[in-house]
Amino acid sequence: MAGTITLRKSAAGTPVRLATGESTAVRWLLIGISLTFLTLFLFLPLAAVFVEAFRKGVGAYLQSFNDPAAYAAIRLTLLVTAIALPLNLVFGLAASWAIGKFEFRGKQLLITLIDLPFAVSPVISGLIYVLLYGIHGWFGPWLAERGIQVIFAVPGIVLATIFVTFPFIAREVIPLMQEQGTEEEQAAITLGASGWQTFFRVTLPNVKWAVLYGVILCNARAMGEFGAVSVVSGHIRGKTNTMPLHVEILYNEYNFVAAFAVASLLALLALVTLVLKSLIEWRTRVQHDQEEPS
Amino acid sequence: MKATRNVFRLFSLFAAPLLAFSTLTATGCGSSDASESDVVKLLNVSYDPTRELYKEFNEAFAEYWKKKTGQTVQIEMSHGGAGKQARAVVDGLPADVVTLALAYDIDAIGEKTGYIPADWQSRLPNNSSPYTSTIVFLVRKGNPKNIRDWDDLVREGITVVTPNPKTSGGARWNYLAAWAYAREKYGSEEAARDFVTRLFRQVPVLDSGARGSTNTFVQRGIGDVLLAWENEAFLAVNELGPDKFDIIVPSVSILAEPPVTVVDHWAKTHGTTEVAQEYLKYLYSPVGQRVVAKHYYRPVHPEHADPADMKRFPQVRLITIDEAFGGWQKAHAAHFADGGTFDQIYSP
Repeated sequence: MAGTITLRKSAAGTPVRLATGESTAVRWLLIGISLTFLTLFLFLPLAAVFVEAFRKGVGAYLQSFNDPAAYAAIRLTLLVTAIALPLNLVFGLAASWAIGKFEFRGKQLLITLIDLPFAVSPVISGLIYVLLYGIHGWFGPWLAERGIQVIFAVPGIVLATIFVTFPFIAREVIPLMQEQGTEEEQAAITLGASGWQTFFRVTLPNVKWAVLYGVILCNARAMGEFGAVSVVSGHIRGKTNTMPLHVEILYNEYNFVAAFAVASLLALLALVTLVLKSLIEWRTRVQHDQEEPS
Repeated sequence: MKATRNVFRLFSLFAAPLLAFSTLTATGCGSSDASESDVVKLLNVSYDPTRELYKEFNEAFAEYWKKKTGQTVQIEMSHGGAGKQARAVVDGLPADVVTLALAYDIDAIGEKTGYIPADWQSRLPNNSSPYTSTIVFLVRKGNPKNIRDWDDLVREGITVVTPNPKTSGGARWNYLAAWAYAREKYGSEEAARDFVTRLFRQVPVLDSGARGSTNTFVQRGIGDVLLAWENEAFLAVNELGPDKFDIIVPSVSILAEPPVTVVDHWAKTHGTTEVAQEYLKYLYSPVGQRVVAKHYYRPVHPEHADPADMKRFPQVRLITIDEAFGGWQKAHAAHFADGGTFDQIYSP
């Protein structure tokens, strides 16, 4: 205990300059490069979205949302997210529970498969569903006979969104579960807890911040996905256009203020995501620090 | 008990926003379902530059239809490159009517799906084209590179913007107009091929649809000249500032006939055959023709259009696809099919 305290003190007391051995000039240069890069590639484009959105004043900005097609796009985006997110939550938890707590053959294969959507281009993610559920696809004729429309309708958009976003939650939770090991679960079972009790009382509380973190990332991507959704959407105005697709349509109709107004909503979502993400990281750190002394 | 409470707390974190979403969506759907019975929906799958035209025409038709039958008609629009749109209908996009850039794309839908009979083009007057258009050049204001005719496009140092003929109907008209011009002027297929090859060497970017190309030229400022639909060129000039662009009319261009037809299979499935047919017929009516001319498409019945609108169309000699290429089937097979002339001459 005493040892740790001395170590911490000396780390805090030592000037960083000596510790890294870099000169002030190098440090300022590195900071300068990073800041320039961030400004040019991240901050300016984000600022441009808001500048363009408000170019013709607040009235024109608000007017952009007073359009049934914009309203429909926002509603569809929320609907798709509301379906994709809980499903991916269940899937992510199931997959990470299986991978983190159990030993079985083909585990590595399962982890690789979960990563697949990250590796595949979104356009391909959309096209595979056209090949499967399109009217001439594998299941298309069967579905068509029953009057079920998947591609170029809401179900197709939901499928494509789920595919693109399903690694997010699993990817956040798996490493944590693996790191935590199975001791606590074994103890719970030894004390007579059932499987569900173990999951809800031991496993889930341990990973809840990671789960929330995954949910937020998943949510952001689900709302913002363009490529895969574009392929399966059919671009029917007011019906199968999500917000990102609606932005493209407005831009192509020379309606720049409205295009950037809708884009600013998506940008706001990104900012909210960032804030929540930092909040969760901070919470996790606080929790971690609290746990450490004991 | 404590555990259940924890679980509840954890899930309420996720559930609250989700619940809000679903209520929002549920109430939204509910309100539109209420009046479903006396509303008929029509999906019009169209090509890129017709957005403004159909926006106004749909309102006019809805009013006409309400007056005539008492029924409310809601027309849903989908826009994109004509080839891409045709592909979507082939893959199952349930269009009641298609209004595309050229006959070949509608032929392709019919051939691949059987949803449209082979004689579709004779079902409406004027080869089922209620309006025509042509290909013109859009240049920067004052025409700084002095572009007057097709020959100027292949001059050293001129960059030309056109969409991809593989996906865009407009681009195919561009390509064939250039080909027809060169063949007429230089007298042989080889010379025409050579001319079009040189033309596409000047193209820095191929967008997938006409509207994408216009944005490339207008918004991103790429290129000295845009090969554009006449209506698209007028729209760019009038929407984005007459002080920025000039329209140049070449000595000869092509008569573009964008056709329309009912997709029988889907109209029958949706029970919309009658309203779909009336919708397309209305394009030929005095009201339809007036709207068409207003949006810079050349009406097939100029007498119904506003004379002021008609004055905007420049006189230009137009070659037809039938006389120059023996129809779309032949033109497509020779030029745009896989391994056709375009594939041979174009390498990015």
